[in-house]
Amino acid sequence: MDKHFEDDLEELKQRLVYMGGLCEKMIRLSIKALVERDLAPLNDVFEAEKEVNQLQVEMDDRCVKLFALHTPVAVDLRMVMAAMKINNDLERIGDQAVNISQNTRELLKQPPLKPLIDIPRMADIAQGMLKDALDAFVKRDVDLSRAILVRDDSVDALKDQLFRELLTFMISDPFTIQRALDLILISRNLERIADHATNIAEDVIFMAQGKDIRHHNEEARAV
Amino acid sequence: MNEEKEKVLEFPLHLEVKQLSAAAGRTDQAPAGREASQPRIQARDLNFYYGKFHALKDINLEIPAGKVTAFIGPSGCGKSTLLRIFNRIYSLYPGQRAEGQVLLDGKNILADDVDVNHLRGRVGMVFQKPTPFPLSIYENIAFGIRLYEKLSKAEMDQRVEEALRQAALWDEVKDKLKNSGLGLSGGQQQRLCIARAIAVRPEVILFDEPTSALDPIATLKIEELVRELCKQFTLVIVTHNMQQAARVSDHTAFMHLGVVVEMDKTANLFTNPRNKQTEDYITGRYG
Repeated sequence: MDKHFEDDLEELKQRLVYMGGLCEKMIRLSIKALVERDLAPLNDVFEAEKEVNQLQVEMDDRCVKLFALHTPVAVDLRMVMAAMKINNDLERIGDQAVNISQNTRELLKQPPLKPLIDIPRMADIAQGMLKDALDAFVKRDVDLSRAILVRDDSVDALKDQLFRELLTFMISDPFTIQRALDLILISRNLERIADHATNIAEDVIFMAQGKDIRHHNEEARAV
Repeated sequence: MNEEKEKVLEFPLHLEVKQLSAAAGRTDQAPAGREASQPRIQARDLNFYYGKFHALKDINLEIPAGKVTAFIGPSGCGKSTLLRIFNRIYSLYPGQRAEGQVLLDGKNILADDVDVNHLRGRVGMVFQKPTPFPLSIYENIAFGIRLYEKLSKAEMDQRVEEALRQAALWDEVKDKLKNSGLGLSGGQQQRLCIARAIAVRPEVILFDEPTSALDPIATLKIEELVRELCKQFTLVIVTHNMQQAARVSDHTAFMHLGVVVEMDKTANLFTNPRNKQTEDYITGRYG
């Protein structure tokens, strides 16, 4: 195998993992700000987003060059394609973390509505899913990827549960609507992050086995 | 329902080579009215020897009619040897022998009673280097036709034009048919050879590295021609250029050390090969 191509592939992988690490950090900091009622970590989130955006452009550029110069096939082709898709998912995750930060900034202007239980749990799961998805990408680990798909359901369930709870707050006291809506939006963003992590896990399965299991192809998921 | 129907109609690829002979049995029993997916050539337990050297080992495969089938693999893997069996051109050389069966439309071409001249009219061949005869462009085409048919001048003119048109060469040579074929460019010479092969109206055309001596533009023209010709003929191409196999063929077979390691639809073989050896070869990790 062409050494140059191998080096380029390895670098692509490293940069993608670095980008994923930044996104993990953004989620962690935005939730930390929310839970600890401290605005300071948010600045780091906004700074990191700029870097993630630049990385998205850089990654696409790397992939285009790999296609043009090395015309990859088989497992290499699937790897570069997966990298392009994961790149998009990571950039979106960065955006979701920024959304959470903006909602947090609004929330912190008012006293807490309720103790935060479900949101930190959702954040833990979503962040763990992202971390595992990136590990699975590096190791081409299909089993780990499949385990991620299952965890997405628990994030969805938590989001629904939180929504019902906050609805009761809003019905009983209209003055809670602003804060409840911010919390709902934050949970919505966390749920989207888990969806993107799921996409990444699906891409890893495609990369490793050439199987496309998207859109609830339960048969393929069960294998 | 439709899906099921499609599956039945599909040529039984996506099979390990060992399973191919079993699959061959299945297609034999298939209902009528599916000419497009029936095999034109079938190799059964085919072995080939250069003297004592065992060059091809237990080859079982099918070449579907009206499709382009490519053979890829490292140098010396036996792909050209296999191609040379399909029109028995190997039998021009002493000490070379084939065992087993190669069925062309169900009839074994390795049988003793086969007229090889007739066979080579049914299975044409285009070689790596263009091999025009030192004759005029017109005679290069007419020569082959005369071996098989007696035609009037007008009929011959028509056949020559038809062959040159099919080979996408007519417009470039129509005003100089009396000029020597050797005066053409490399790419034109190769298309002249293709026209010569087409002119005798074969069923199968074998291409042995047809573009390895040509520049990228001439290569592209030959590749376009291959795609065009498969509407009328069954084409088999041996190529070192994997991207070429990917571009022009419907099915691809990967060969290694005289064995067909994997044969599949080209789109499958180049995106998700099932055999590790195939993957290592096409991704450049081996060979």
